[in-house]
Amino acid sequence: MRRAPAYAAAVALFALTFALAGSLTAHERGIPAAEIRSGKTFLSRNLQADQDDPAANLGLLWVDQGAELWRTPAGTEGKSCGTCHGEPAAMKGVATRYPAFDAALGRLMNLETRIQNCRTTHQSGAPSLAYESQELLALTTLVTYQSRGLPMSVAIDGPAQEAFARGEQRFHRPQGQLGISCAQCHVENWGKRMRGDTVSQGYATGFPAYRLEWETLGSSHRRLRACFNGVRAEPFPPGSPEFIELELYLAWRADRLPIETPALRR
Amino acid sequence: MARPTRILVPKTAKKGEVIEIKTIINHHMETGFRRDDVGRVIPRDIITRFRCTFGGEVVFAMELFTGIAANPFIAFTTVATESGELAFEWEDQNGEVTRATATISVA
Repeated sequence: MRRAPAYAAAVALFALTFALAGSLTAHERGIPAAEIRSGKTFLSRNLQADQDDPAANLGLLWVDQGAELWRTPAGTEGKSCGTCHGEPAAMKGVATRYPAFDAALGRLMNLETRIQNCRTTHQSGAPSLAYESQELLALTTLVTYQSRGLPMSVAIDGPAQEAFARGEQRFHRPQGQLGISCAQCHVENWGKRMRGDTVSQGYATGFPAYRLEWETLGSSHRRLRACFNGVRAEPFPPGSPEFIELELYLAWRADRLPIETPALRR
Repeated sequence: MARPTRILVPKTAKKGEVIEIKTIINHHMETGFRRDDVGRVIPRDIITRFRCTFGGEVVFAMELFTGIAANPFIAFTTVATESGELAFEWEDQNGEVTRATATISVA
């Protein structure tokens, strides 16, 4: 027993070395690659089947609405999304790279803010699309749907580095009155039960997703708001830089998981 | 913009075969029991009738009430008799009707 302090010191030194080494090299996902599981795998078998069923996946209604908006001219020049981009299928793979840093604007953009920006700069005179509006949800879902089945692959180096670091920090920082970090639920306790539901690993690869609780389709930021409220933290506004940074971290955490949009979630 | 719907009917079927038809429609199905942030009742707004016909004959019909969730998903089965067009109608409480069709070829 007398040797205990020396032992503890050795362990502490070892842990410190390890922590330093960790921070200098790769970022940690916290969950081994072999155990990374999509939120879909936590659903009942029936719901999983519904997600893949083109007549039962309610989120597809927004894909249809998005396709109609895609070819609807807006603004003084009468341009639609299709005027510049062609068919929606041309958007294949785009969603896998978002959120992404925009050098010209000097900030991190997710798909929603990219579409909002596209609308105000290239469809001048068109009414802007509010975050979480049905129109923006429909267009975001349509664009993300083109990448369904493709693995996420966001850039976290270069100009996105700082934003990524802030997102990572926010994920691991205790928040709200309950003082709980995202990681405490979604890294340390995933797979366990909470309030009659199973805690997922917390990826956003299915969003915009149709949530049964909402009885409608919503953005990943709406989902983040629910998590923030859950730990009694003040949520950031939808579309805020803070939420987009967190979204980037979640996209990176999802590793190579395929996009499922529009997913069904409880 | 018309109310978005999705219908899944098998493209082909054998005569006498039992086929499953699935439909969804975009509708918030507001129950009329909920209140908004300041306590005002949110008025009821629901679809009340759904009907599927084949050559003018009713194949399947149902009445919907406040207990049905938003974006009603309706699935039912019928027997394929001949090729033709299936017509679908959703009628809301104000009499507004959303229509859609699907074709099936029966061999």
